[in-house]
Amino acid sequence: MFSLFGVPAPLLFGQLLLGLINGGFYAMLSLGLAVIFGMLNIINFAHGAVFMMGAFVAWMLLNYLGINYWFALLLAPLIVGAFGFVLEKTIISRLYKLDHLYGLLLTFGLALVLEGLFRNGYGSSGMPYQIPAVLSGAVNLGFMFLPIYRGWVIVAALVVCIATWMLIEKTKLGSLLRAATENPALVQAFGVNVPRLVTLTFAGGVALAAFAGVLAAPIYSVNPNMGSNFINTVFAVVVIGGMGSIFGAIVSGFGLGVIEGLTKVFYPQASDTVIFVVMVLVLLTRPAGLFGKAT
Amino acid sequence: MRGQRNTQIIAFLILIALVIAAPGMLYPVFVMKVLCFALFASAFNLLIGYVGLLSFGHAAFFGLGAYATAWTAKNWGLTPEIAILLGGVSGAALGTVFGWLAIRRQGLYFAMITLALAQMVYFFCVEAPFTGGEDGIQQVPRGKLFGVFSLANDMSIYWLVAVIFLAGFFLLNRVVHSPFGQVLKAIRENEPRATSLGYRTDSYKLIAFILSTFIAGIAGGTKSLVFGIATLTDVHWSMSGEVVLMTLLGGLGTIFGPVMGALVVTTMENYLAPFGAWVTVTQGLIFIACVLAFRRGIIGEIGAKLKLAL
Repeated sequence: MFSLFGVPAPLLFGQLLLGLINGGFYAMLSLGLAVIFGMLNIINFAHGAVFMMGAFVAWMLLNYLGINYWFALLLAPLIVGAFGFVLEKTIISRLYKLDHLYGLLLTFGLALVLEGLFRNGYGSSGMPYQIPAVLSGAVNLGFMFLPIYRGWVIVAALVVCIATWMLIEKTKLGSLLRAATENPALVQAFGVNVPRLVTLTFAGGVALAAFAGVLAAPIYSVNPNMGSNFINTVFAVVVIGGMGSIFGAIVSGFGLGVIEGLTKVFYPQASDTVIFVVMVLVLLTRPAGLFGKAT
Repeated sequence: MRGQRNTQIIAFLILIALVIAAPGMLYPVFVMKVLCFALFASAFNLLIGYVGLLSFGHAAFFGLGAYATAWTAKNWGLTPEIAILLGGVSGAALGTVFGWLAIRRQGLYFAMITLALAQMVYFFCVEAPFTGGEDGIQQVPRGKLFGVFSLANDMSIYWLVAVIFLAGFFLLNRVVHSPFGQVLKAIRENEPRATSLGYRTDSYKLIAFILSTFIAGIAGGTKSLVFGIATLTDVHWSMSGEVVLMTLLGGLGTIFGPVMGALVVTTMENYLAPFGAWVTVTQGLIFIACVLAFRRGIIGEIGAKLKLAL
């Protein structure tokens, strides 16, 4: 077996792969956070909890209704998105006139409620979710074995991220969305139902997190803490990338996942903290974030 | 104004009387827990209530203070007052660095940065050898105050905790009502305007941040001596959330709110402890209720009813 930089190639590529997978989750989650923040001016602290809900809904669909992975991939985001729709209509929409910090506090409370409820129902040890038959197994790439499911996650994450980016940058709906982010009053004056747009944005961001949750279910065990483990890191990713840019969220998500993976190879003790160290460096040099505009 | 002052003085006297009488009516260790959290929440409230900075990572300072006190008391055999002071200094040292980094951004970003930095401290504490990992630092000796008075008895350490709490509480109250505190409030209300009046708002924010983290460290250190243990729970993000909850429930920007919040939340956790994750659910529901319907908090509502600033 050959080696690179004094590290066996399979180890290096294996961690790189894990890094890309984590990066895909960071990208999908920070993307949703950025879209929601743009429209609602709220940091959705419950984003990790809805990610976890996505995984749980997939698990429930399989175990209670016998609905397989592929339908879950479609249904779970719809169900959780509908939940987000109701949430925005009933609770979150009451916050727009208040200080932004209240949005953070409220969604933090929501995250606690959701996590607590699932922990009551299912314990915190976690439950396995089988990889669908088509995607199990691995292929030999010559320099490493690639588990097919992991490859699929990276591809799916990339596709979803790019599709979201296209939707926002290239379509009519996206241009309305961007206009409403800039100046909601003016867009409303043109006859666009801005509150409906806001609700849909929230539901969409939440559905994106749920989709990521379904993708994550077979990799990590389905457990109530899976969201909060991720979300704190995702906040650092968001600070690094800057909230202003969709593209920035995607690039910094994947990039930081890779950096984390490489750190696992070369200096494993720091792998949990490296993203936060990067955040400190970014704050020192570019306080607005790599892709953000100065505020 | 004079009437205002008198009611404040009366409220303080009632608080002191309660602190003195409490161990006679309640289990002293429970009261000490409340006092430690009340001090922690008051320190947190200095930032959110009077500067408008939401630090979502205050557990880092509380937890580091707990570790510093526990470690020095156990391994160096320091007397409790020095160990607790070192806890405060550690909190303040970390607070200086984190504050300096975090005040580069405002509002929600400030909250996210403090949260992320605290998460870094958490991961650091999981790995670092001196924290004892999952076990934490256990069997921390309470030691002898000034090397003379043994604190092994719950009632003896109670008086130390009471003095620390009251001293910290009065210090914070003094700061809030000083000219320095007026500038902090000006920053909260309108930062650009404070800048235009010639105040270096970043320096004011940083000093407030350091002071708050110092007291958070003291609170953590005191707690570790009372319970003889410092663990990862003290630095976990849920601890940061808990102090936010206490302050929000008691009343943001009120003097007595954090104390009331600490009392209610600690009592609730005590009674709900056998029901596992329902504690988390209840905490979340309180958050939601406070934000939607009850933003002034308990003390804030009472104050509004009585037309007093408590």
